[in-house]
Amino acid sequence: MPVVNEGGNKTSGMKALILVGGYGTRLRPLTLSRPKPLVEFANKPMLMHQVEALVEAGVTTVILAVSYRAQQMEEELSKEAKKLGVNLIYSCEREPLGTAGPLALAKEHLVGSNENEDEPFFVLNSDIICDFPFKEMMAFHKKHAGEGTICVTKVEEPSKYGVVVYDSDTGRVREFIEKPREFVSNRINAGMYVLSPKILNRIPLRPTSIEKEVFPGVAADGALFAIELPPGGFWMDVGQPKDFLTGMCMYLGHLRQKEPSKLYSGAGVIGNVLVHPSAKIGEDCRIGPNVTLGPEVVVENGVRISRCTILRGARVRSHSWLEGSIVGWGSSVGQWVRLEGAAVLGEDVIVGDELYINGGQVLPHKNISSSVPEPTIIM
Amino acid sequence: MLKAVILIGGPQKGTRFRPLSLDIPKPLFPVAGLPLIQHHIEACCSVPNLKEIILLGYFPASKLSQFVTEMTQEYKINIRYLQEYTSLGTAGGLFHFRDQIRSGNPELFFVLNGDVCADFPLTEMLESHRARVQAAQSNEQADGSTRPSPLITILATEATPQQSMNYGCIVEDRETFEVKHYVEKPSTFVSPLINCGVYICSLGIFQTIASIFDKKQEEYYNYGGNEGNNGKESIRFEQDLLMPLAGTGKAFAFPTTNWWSQLKTAGSAIYANRHYLELFRKKRPDRLHPTGRGDANTPRIIGDVHVHPTATVHPTAVLGPNVSIGKGAVVGPGVRIRESILLAGAHVSDHSLVLYSVLGSGSTVGAWARVEGTPCDPNPDKPFAKMENAPLFNSDGRLNPSITILGCSVTVPSEVILLNSIVLPYKELTRSFKNEIIL
Repeated sequence: MPVVNEGGNKTSGMKALILVGGYGTRLRPLTLSRPKPLVEFANKPMLMHQVEALVEAGVTTVILAVSYRAQQMEEELSKEAKKLGVNLIYSCEREPLGTAGPLALAKEHLVGSNENEDEPFFVLNSDIICDFPFKEMMAFHKKHAGEGTICVTKVEEPSKYGVVVYDSDTGRVREFIEKPREFVSNRINAGMYVLSPKILNRIPLRPTSIEKEVFPGVAADGALFAIELPPGGFWMDVGQPKDFLTGMCMYLGHLRQKEPSKLYSGAGVIGNVLVHPSAKIGEDCRIGPNVTLGPEVVVENGVRISRCTILRGARVRSHSWLEGSIVGWGSSVGQWVRLEGAAVLGEDVIVGDELYINGGQVLPHKNISSSVPEPTIIM
Repeated sequence: MLKAVILIGGPQKGTRFRPLSLDIPKPLFPVAGLPLIQHHIEACCSVPNLKEIILLGYFPASKLSQFVTEMTQEYKINIRYLQEYTSLGTAGGLFHFRDQIRSGNPELFFVLNGDVCADFPLTEMLESHRARVQAAQSNEQADGSTRPSPLITILATEATPQQSMNYGCIVEDRETFEVKHYVEKPSTFVSPLINCGVYICSLGIFQTIASIFDKKQEEYYNYGGNEGNNGKESIRFEQDLLMPLAGTGKAFAFPTTNWWSQLKTAGSAIYANRHYLELFRKKRPDRLHPTGRGDANTPRIIGDVHVHPTATVHPTAVLGPNVSIGKGAVVGPGVRIRESILLAGAHVSDHSLVLYSVLGSGSTVGAWARVEGTPCDPNPDKPFAKMENAPLFNSDGRLNPSITILGCSVTVPSEVILLNSIVLPYKELTRSFKNEIIL
C-alpha cells in the first residue's frame, strides 16, 4: 500500500481524512493543469481552506485520500503543511474506492496507536467550503457517543443531495436517503463527518459508497447523529464552476463579517473584492462585487469585472467586461471582450480582441479568435 | 441639356427597411454620412450639362422640402420634388409628369431608382447612348429605311445565376448590346446580366409610354379593370415598358463592373456604407476622417471612417473600419466602433463596443455594453455575388442573424449585450437581448 508520510510521526492530537479523489472532471479545464485541491479558491488552494480549519480545531494528522497526481500535490503542499505544523499523509488508491473505500485503505492511519484507538476522526469531502464547525462537531460526537456524526445544512433544492431525516431534539438520524425524488426534508449531508473507529468494521476494502452503503446501516442501528451548521453560516459544494463562483461570493461575504481588513478597498472597487498584493488594477476600472484577483494578475484600464475569479498571472486588457466567469492561470483576455455565463478559461488561454464568450470551457493553451455566443467546449 | 429623374417611392415603400424608415424616409437615410439619394444627386451633378434633377415620388412634400433646399444650395443646381397623388408605378409617374420632364427640351434624361447604391457610371452611359443615337440617325439603310432610334440604355451588371432570378434579367446581343429579351424576376435562369435600375432615355420614350397608357385605359374601360395593377394609370417601368421594348432594337444594355447594390433591407445599409466610404477614399478623401494612431487629442482611426463635424469623439475611442458618425453624435471614452452607422445624436458611453449595427437618431448606449450584429455581406468567394436580401425569418420561423438596429431614441442600459436584434423606436431596454425583435 503506497503511503507517504510527511513531516515525522506525530500521532497525538486528532486526525482527519479528506476525500480528494479523482480527476475533478467537473472543474475542468482548470483541473487539467492542476489537481483540484490545488486550484485556488479565494487565492488559497481549496484544500488549504480545510486543512487550516482542521488544524485550528486541533487536528495534527491529515490523511489525503487521493487517486492521482499525488506527487504534484506533495510538492506544493509540503511547505504549507510544515508552516502549519500538520502531518500530511497521502493514501493513494490504485482503483477508485468510492467515498467509503478510502477509509478502509487508510485504516492503520486512522486507528493509530493503542492508547487512543477509540479516538474519533474527521472525514471531509474535498469540495466543501464553509465556516467549518469542527470543534462543535467533535464535542457533539463525544456527547452522543454513537458511531458517526453528520454535519447537515439547509438547502432550497435538496433533491440533488443526500437528505437526512433526524430527530430535532437528539439529532438521531432516522433515515438517510441519497438524492430523493420526492421531498422528505430540506436538511442535507454537508459532506463533513466525525466518525468513531468502530464504523470501520462496516467498510470493506473495495469500492463502497459511504452515503448509500454505510450510513443507512448506521442510521438503522441508531448510531448516526446529525448536527446542523449554525444558522447564518454559509456552505457550498464548489466542485463545479457555477458553484465555485457562488461559493466565492459567500466566502467573501463571510470575510466581510470576520476579517474585513483582508478585502480590498482601493479606488474603482465595489462590494467584496479580494485582491492579491501583487495584482495590478488600471485606471477607470470598476471591479466587484465578488471578485478575486490572484497574484500577478494585471487588469488594464477601463475594465469592468464582477463575480469572477482571475487566477495567477492572468491579464485582462482594457475596456473588457467580465461577469460570472473564471480566468485560468496566465490567460489573456483581449480588449473589448465580453466574457460571461460561467465561462471557464483554462491555463494560458488567449482570447482575441472584441470577442464575445458566453459560457463554456476553453481547454488550456488555446488561442480564441472568433466569438463563442453559446456555451461550448473549446478543445 | 440633360435632366435626371430620381424615383424615390413613398411611405408605403421601403417597409423592409424598417425600423430605420419609421422616422426618416428611406431615401434620406444617411449612408456614409450623406442621405441615400444625395449620392445619386452627386453622381448626376458630375455629368456635364445636366441642368435639372427631379425627385419623383409620393412622400408628403413636407418630408422632403428641407432636403431639396439644402441640395439646391449645396450643388447649385435646379432640384425639384414632384409628388404623385398616389403610387402610379415607376413609369406611370414619369408619364404623369412628362411635361415637366420635357420642358426645356432636354436631349436626354437619366432615370435612377432611389434604392440602389453604386459607383454610377453616368457619363459613360451618356456617351454610349449618344453614340448609338447618332449612328442611327446618320446610318440610313440601303433600302432607304432607317434603323430605329434608341430610346433607352439600361445600366446592367452581372450576378450569379442563382441570384439573377431575383432581379430583372437582360439577354443582350454580345456585339451590339441590344436588349434581345427582358424578364423580371424569372423563376428559372435566363441570363446573369441584371438590370441595375439606372437608365438613360431619349424623349421618344414618352410616345412608347403613351401607347402603353392608352392601351391600359382602353382595357380598363372595356374590360372593367386590369389584373394586379393598382389603378388605370399605374405603369411599371420593368414589366410594362422594358419587356415590350426588348427585341425592338430600341433598348440597349450598358454593362458595368463598377460596384452596385440594392438597398432593400436595413442589413444592406452597413454594406452600402462601406462601399460609399471606399468611393470617398478615391473621389472625396476630404470626407473621411484622417487615419490616426490616436494621441492625446485625436481618436485612433482604422480604415475608412466618416465623422460629422458636429459629432464628438473622445480621443481614447477607436473607430473603424467602415464607420459613419452622424450629426451631433457622441462617442465616449474607450469606446470601440467597427462596421457601423451612428445616426444624428446617437450616444455611446464609456468602454462600450458597437459592431455591425445601426444606432438610430437619439439612441443611447450605456457603459460597458456590447451592441453587435452579424454581417450579411455578399459571399466574397463567389464572383458577381450580390447582397442577399434575406427575409427577417428563416423557414423554421427563427430570426435570421442580421445587423443589430436601434430605432430612434432607443436606450440600451449599461453592461448588457444586444446581439442580432432589432429594437423599434423609443424602447427603453432593461436587459440583454439576443436574436429578437423588440417591439
